[in-house]
Amino acid sequence: MESIILFSPLIGALLCGFGWRIMGEYAAQWTATFLLFIACALSWIVFLTFDGGTQHVQILRWIESGTLAADWAIRLDRLTAIMLIVVTTVSALVHLYSLGYMAHDDNFREGESYRPRFFAYLSFFTFAMLMLVTSDNLVQMFFGWEGVGVASYLLIGFYFRKPSANAAAIKAFVVNRVGDFGFALGIFAIYFMVDSVNFDDIFAAAPALAERNVLFLWEHFNAAELVSLLLFIGAMGKSAQFLLHTWLPDAMEGPTPVSALIHAATMVTAGVFLVCRMSPLIEFAPYTKTFIVYIGAITAFFAATVGLVQTDIKRVIAYSTCSQLGYMFVAAGVGVYSVAMFHLFTHAFFKAMLFLGAGSVIHGMHHEQDMRNYGGLRHKMPYTFWAMMIGTLAITGVGIPLTHIGFAGYLSKDAVIESAWAGGTSAASFAFVALVVAALMTSFYSWRLIFLTFFGEPRGDKHTHEHAHESPTVMLVPLGVLAVGAVFAGMVWYGPYFGESEKIARFFHIPAAGAEAHGEGEAAEADGDHADGEGVAAAVEEAGEGDAEGAAEAVTETSHDDPDAEGRHFAFGGAPGEGAIYIGADNHVLDDAHAAPVWVKVSPFLAMLIGLGLAYLFYILRPDLPGKLAANQAPLYRFLLNKWYIDEIYDFLFVRPAKALGRFLWKQGDGTTIDGFLNGVALGVVPFFTRLAGRAQSGYIFTYAFAMVLGILVLVTWMTLSGGN
Amino acid sequence: MLPGDLSIIMPEIILAVFAMVGLLVGAYGGKDKTGPAMLWATAVLFIVLAAWIGFQGAGTAHAFLGMFVDDAFARFGKVTVLLSAAVVLLMSESYMARRNLLRFEYPLLVALAVVGMMVMVSAGNLMSLYMGLELQSLALYVIASLRRDSVKSTEAGLKYFVLGALSSGLLLYGASLVYGFAGTTQFLGILAVVGIDTSLGLLFGLSFVIAGLAFKISAAPFHMWTPDVYEGSPTPVTAFFATAPKVAAMLLFARVVHDAFGGVTDDWQQILAVLSVASMFLGAVAAIGQRNIKRLMAYSSIAHMGYALMGLAAGTAAGVEAMLIYMAIYVVMNIGTFAFILSMEKDGSPVTDIETLSMLSRRDPMRALAMLVLLFSLAGVPPLLGFFAKYAVLLAAVEAGLTWLAILGVIASVIGAFYYLRIVYLMYFGADENELDTGGSTMLRVIAMASAAIMVLGLWNLFGVEGVAKAAAATLVN
Repeated sequence: MESIILFSPLIGALLCGFGWRIMGEYAAQWTATFLLFIACALSWIVFLTFDGGTQHVQILRWIESGTLAADWAIRLDRLTAIMLIVVTTVSALVHLYSLGYMAHDDNFREGESYRPRFFAYLSFFTFAMLMLVTSDNLVQMFFGWEGVGVASYLLIGFYFRKPSANAAAIKAFVVNRVGDFGFALGIFAIYFMVDSVNFDDIFAAAPALAERNVLFLWEHFNAAELVSLLLFIGAMGKSAQFLLHTWLPDAMEGPTPVSALIHAATMVTAGVFLVCRMSPLIEFAPYTKTFIVYIGAITAFFAATVGLVQTDIKRVIAYSTCSQLGYMFVAAGVGVYSVAMFHLFTHAFFKAMLFLGAGSVIHGMHHEQDMRNYGGLRHKMPYTFWAMMIGTLAITGVGIPLTHIGFAGYLSKDAVIESAWAGGTSAASFAFVALVVAALMTSFYSWRLIFLTFFGEPRGDKHTHEHAHESPTVMLVPLGVLAVGAVFAGMVWYGPYFGESEKIARFFHIPAAGAEAHGEGEAAEADGDHADGEGVAAAVEEAGEGDAEGAAEAVTETSHDDPDAEGRHFAFGGAPGEGAIYIGADNHVLDDAHAAPVWVKVSPFLAMLIGLGLAYLFYILRPDLPGKLAANQAPLYRFLLNKWYIDEIYDFLFVRPAKALGRFLWKQGDGTTIDGFLNGVALGVVPFFTRLAGRAQSGYIFTYAFAMVLGILVLVTWMTLSGGN
Repeated sequence: MLPGDLSIIMPEIILAVFAMVGLLVGAYGGKDKTGPAMLWATAVLFIVLAAWIGFQGAGTAHAFLGMFVDDAFARFGKVTVLLSAAVVLLMSESYMARRNLLRFEYPLLVALAVVGMMVMVSAGNLMSLYMGLELQSLALYVIASLRRDSVKSTEAGLKYFVLGALSSGLLLYGASLVYGFAGTTQFLGILAVVGIDTSLGLLFGLSFVIAGLAFKISAAPFHMWTPDVYEGSPTPVTAFFATAPKVAAMLLFARVVHDAFGGVTDDWQQILAVLSVASMFLGAVAAIGQRNIKRLMAYSSIAHMGYALMGLAAGTAAGVEAMLIYMAIYVVMNIGTFAFILSMEKDGSPVTDIETLSMLSRRDPMRALAMLVLLFSLAGVPPLLGFFAKYAVLLAAVEAGLTWLAILGVIASVIGAFYYLRIVYLMYFGADENELDTGGSTMLRVIAMASAAIMVLGLWNLFGVEGVAKAAAATLVN
């Protein structure tokens, strides 16, 4: 079954990409979409029936060279199962959506066949992404990692006639190269020290690595720290974290379904997945964890500030993605990997929906992307409006405080913030503050987007507004499905991701370290939370939530299995690599997060309310205020509008020196030195001798005879001087 | 004694008798009307003799007290000389006939020259060496000026004769010195003396002998006659000059330095290396200035002799083997190229300016393609045979510790590639259309195409030449 999931997108890509001339464009697109839906259905079956134990499905022996042995195998554990449903669900819906979105495109000439190519790329991307998440060793993962990079490159530059799209594609590829270099170094270092690239071997060796030092760049480092850091650099590139984020906003040059699939829901979360996958190693690298927390928090804050002032609807959502990825890394960095996965999971639904909704707006507005030219669209496209509304409610984290009832983002984001508070270190405290402020800004820019787009008076081109229309059904159905996820995903799966320790342990198949007495109050509180979660789950089940039905059942069942949880505390145990994630014995962040005080738990909600209020004030009550504020705080405004000038700094620090070096080597090195030397010889020295030889060839016999005599003279003289004895 | 000796030199005797009988028949028979028949008869006889010698079997035999040696090395040379001479004769027929040059003397003089070459490659004594050399040279002087009514042709013959006489003088002087210091003209005797006591006089003699031989293979700085003679002679004669005599002289060179002076390899090695470098560079650099394709080929042959000398300069069996392979490939390439040059005609009269080749590819693509392959091969572009010829000598030089020589050879070949490629450029990308006649005789087309085909197909196993050359080299160097 796992093999079918893995290969059906590949078959779809091949059939669609190469077979469309035979079967026709229309059939080719539907074939790819249909195969993706099969993969999606099977993924849900795998996810819901999965018992948690790690399984290996061998496909073939891929590399065998010396001690390096890498299989092409599927590693099925909880992390993989989660990623499977995220990837295939969003991908299937995006395929369906693209049938409508890509039906007509002004970027291509009349009669040009671009649709099969687009679907083939999408399916190929899905295959590569599945390769990544199902990998059983780092080399296979790297293969998928690069595969999604290629697919991303191809799809960002899909409008190949637009210079900006080509530039963005190259930028994405080059910036990712920086991260991939770290990733590759990390793989090399692991192979160097562990003599294997298989996850099981690496995880087993993790405690030993923590004891070892390794020489790298003239300096001794702790092996676990170094390897974790290098791998994290790879994750930073792929997940667009601060300093390596610059490609993500530009990647919005690609068609909107691509942004939804690759640059919101799946590929950019690969970095988070990598960190969670490598949790058995990262748990032994406290400094790297601190670094991850800082980077995540800074990214969340930075991207949110930039998102405040962007006017391109897709760029706002892109920065929002960047920011939310920061949240996930903070959760992973403080050691609550399940929460990172939780936010990844819920974020995929609501962010994909926001993008697809934005795509629907763009589609209806004839490819106008500037929000300043929108306004009052809720009557023209009501379904899109409600979808976007749900997405916004989810991302801003609307819910009932101190309960577990709320939109998906409310549960997962609050879980991240509570984890950050519980982290205990100064980095975690910093992250807590940064994330709460970022939550405020998230709320502001998200509502700003809604208000500017759907409320107020129509602005911009009248003609466009008159012809604004709701999107076709194939585009609305994915929105509806994702809306269900955005509403309920958090409530249904709160327990397994951020509920009671035991539940998480069962979900991720982490063995227990043995029960030990612990602060009873905390446990009781945790239990109370858990009970609420159950109630919601049960309610959801009754509501007939189709897909999640089995899961809810499973959750309910688990609650029956642990009757004596009360009064006893569950501790994570087992050796690294035994469960899908590994949580160190001294890692109590999860419990501390459950025990967070009320003000901590309420703070993101308050931040959300303030952001909503400000947005309402700025864009509904007093639409003149934003302009005034921008004029008042001009330097700050420009600073944010120019994305903290990071692109400019990079341009100055790296791009221009690199170009200068390239030009120097080209003009001076290649041109003047090499070509110059050869040209000098070919145009100066050789012709000189040619003329000389021509002149010697006088035609007179005595000249020739003279040359011969001279020759014999030289020979004899030389023989006299050197030869004989 | 005598019958045995005669049976060893039977091929030479047959050829010499044929030439003399042919002269009588021509003089008292049909005069020039017998020309074409005589040409075909000579060519067929060459081929028959080549087959006879080639399939004669292995072994080494000495005749006339060692003056004449019949070994694998000599047989290699004789077969190459005979076959190349036969092919050159066949391709000269139509050209000579149309210019009223197909006199009966022409094939007979070629036959006499070939007898001289056969003696040269079999020489085991300084006297037989000189005999063969002079027999060959005298015949060549005459055919160079075969076109008596042409100033250029007679000038070529005269220049060749005067300078050839000078070189013969140098060679004879060297031979007498060697005789004086070694006490014998027998190669084996010289070898014995040289091994024990290398006097400076002997090396002096060697230098002069080398100078005389270098003239024959037109190695710089004894090359000056080559461009003028090549240009002035009728083109088929030029083709002949560029092929068989070069092989014979080069093999004779190898025989002298190895058979007679094998004990002082270090002494002649450096001279040969210098001659090699001078030839390679002069050939490459001077050819760039040439517009006349015959002069260009003259410099090309000078450069190629430089590469062959590089193999010889290695002073090893591998070097001789590389040299033999080089010469075999060189001969095939040159025959093909000259077949093409012979077919270069404009309004019925021969032209030699390379500008006339402009855009030939458009009017006669097959011929242009054949020439392209041949030129690439001459330049040494892989994967054609010419590359492997160069590779063999470079490898031999490197293995003999003459890395500097090999490096210079590579540089020279880069420079030399220019003028070959310029012809290709003109044929394929030339500016204006020059109405070169298409076609040429069927014989020339076939020979040019076959030669080009060999450059490609020979990659398979060099048609077994490698093994034969190895055996030949083994008999010479020991």
